Amino acid sequence: MAEGPLETSLDTEVMTINIGPHHPATHGVLRLVVDLEGELVRELKPVVGYVHTGIEKSCEDKSYWKVIPFVERMDYVSYFFQMEAFCGAVERLVGLGIPPRANYLRTIFLELNRIHSHLVWLGTTALDLGAISMLWYCFRERDKILDLFEMATGQRMHTRYFQVGGVIEDIPLGFEAKLRQFIAEMPVRVGQYEDLLDRNEVFLSRTKGVGIVPRERLLELGVTGPLLRAAGEPWDLRKTFDYLAYPELDFKIPVGTVGDNYDRYRVRLAEMVESVRIVEQALDGLPEGPFIADDRKYVLPPRSELPTSMEALIHHFKLVTEGYRVPPGEVYYSIESPRGELGCFVVADGSAKPARVHYRDPSFVNLQAFRDMSVDSYVADMIASLGMLDPILGGVDR
Amino acid sequence: MPDAPGLELIRGEIEQDHPNAVLDTSFDRGQPSLVVDPAQILAVLTWLREAPGQEYRFLSSLHAADYLPSTPRFGVHYELLNRDRVERLRVKAMLAEPSSGDLPTIDSCVELFPTAEFQEREVFDFFGIVFRGHPNLTRILMPEDYVGWPQRRDFPVGGEPVTFTYNERNYG
Repeated sequence: MAEGPLETSLDTEVMTINIGPHHPATHGVLRLVVDLEGELVRELKPVVGYVHTGIEKSCEDKSYWKVIPFVERMDYVSYFFQMEAFCGAVERLVGLGIPPRANYLRTIFLELNRIHSHLVWLGTTALDLGAISMLWYCFRERDKILDLFEMATGQRMHTRYFQVGGVIEDIPLGFEAKLRQFIAEMPVRVGQYEDLLDRNEVFLSRTKGVGIVPRERLLELGVTGPLLRAAGEPWDLRKTFDYLAYPELDFKIPVGTVGDNYDRYRVRLAEMVESVRIVEQALDGLPEGPFIADDRKYVLPPRSELPTSMEALIHHFKLVTEGYRVPPGEVYYSIESPRGELGCFVVADGSAKPARVHYRDPSFVNLQAFRDMSVDSYVADMIASLGMLDPILGGVDR
Repeated sequence: MPDAPGLELIRGEIEQDHPNAVLDTSFDRGQPSLVVDPAQILAVLTWLREAPGQEYRFLSSLHAADYLPSTPRFGVHYELLNRDRVERLRVKAMLAEPSSGDLPTIDSCVELFPTAEFQEREVFDFFGIVFRGHPNLTRILMPEDYVGWPQRRDFPVGGEPVTFTYNERNYG
């Protein structure tokens, strides 16, 4: 063996690596084309479209009330938000107001869904960072939320609970007690998650100072939601635009300071606690009265009237077979989903089917910031940043 | 939101700098929109973004719709947002289908609003609307070698055959 000084200059060349589309750490079917120099990411391009199913196109072939279960399957983690965006857009098109009780019920379910979505995010992202037990703890609480959904709607996911004009059914007996139990429990659980992660050396060194994108750049890229708020911009559509019961409820908008992955984690955890507060207030102030608008041209008549009222039967038949016609026009309605601004654009042409349904999906737009988050960082940090970005590929690809 | 008279004021101000840029205004269901000459779309968007008192600096969404059978056929919508005043404004450019069989074309606004990059690609992918000056105008959700513009109204639902192995084996 030749003696001499060790070789110190290892030539590193830039290598293009394909990560995905099938990779557990990509949180769905996302493909990343990455230029690596050693372990450093020098260039990155997300390639999407692997779960594109043409939902927007299919919606054009369905009457309005049949579109609701379709759009729920876009962003399959925040299905209540997808429903609300579509139902809200159609309500604005037909000029249909919804009763106060429906406003509150929708708010309750949206916020429960936000907690559910953040729990899925926390569990899977912590899993990416090596904290396996987080997944089980988070999914334990998630299951309680799904139990609540099942109790009220009959389905654990993709509930088709929101209807144009309100919600399909009132909450059942015993729901309130179960929800109150959850409300009492959840902030304690969030505290436990914090205890598990906040002083965890591995978690801190993997998240602090990683994936920073300046606030101005995020705004240019159209990023909304917890990512933007973590960078210190208190922008939340629940506060800025009046919709549902939010103007009547008291809640705070958590913001971060640096905008690194740690701030993103803190913001989402704080949002869970705020969501619990919203649910509690909405439950306390839940008004009595009808849970769906009383407009027989758009809303199914109560089941009990069908055997006795000919008119109700005719309305029921018309609504189920043809659906209702929506006067021509176009509406863009946006709400704050767990990932940011979720907008629904509906064009009505006067028939019983929408002429165009488009979703402005926050995951799709936020994904553009991923390059800025990851370039010149390590591959492992790129995976962490992707988790913190929280894209749902069903929503990206639609 | 700018109300109906406010919308006319905006139109008047744009017309001073860019004559005939605004073709129409509409205030429908509480949502204001400007219909803009597609040749001057960038000028109008720049004006709305920069002019003092307007400053619509956030592009919430960019999407398109096919208004077949009416003409002009395609509409590209820009949902602008002023975050300080919390006002939305929709800018709409109507594009006719060129008789030569070419694809309809409009200027890209990626320079102005970097967020439009993915969204313009999506519109190109589904409607075949070309954004002039887009840095990388390729299909984004459909496969790269796909032929056709699936969100156009004359593209049938179910126009894409489902390839079951059973059919392939027996009839393929």
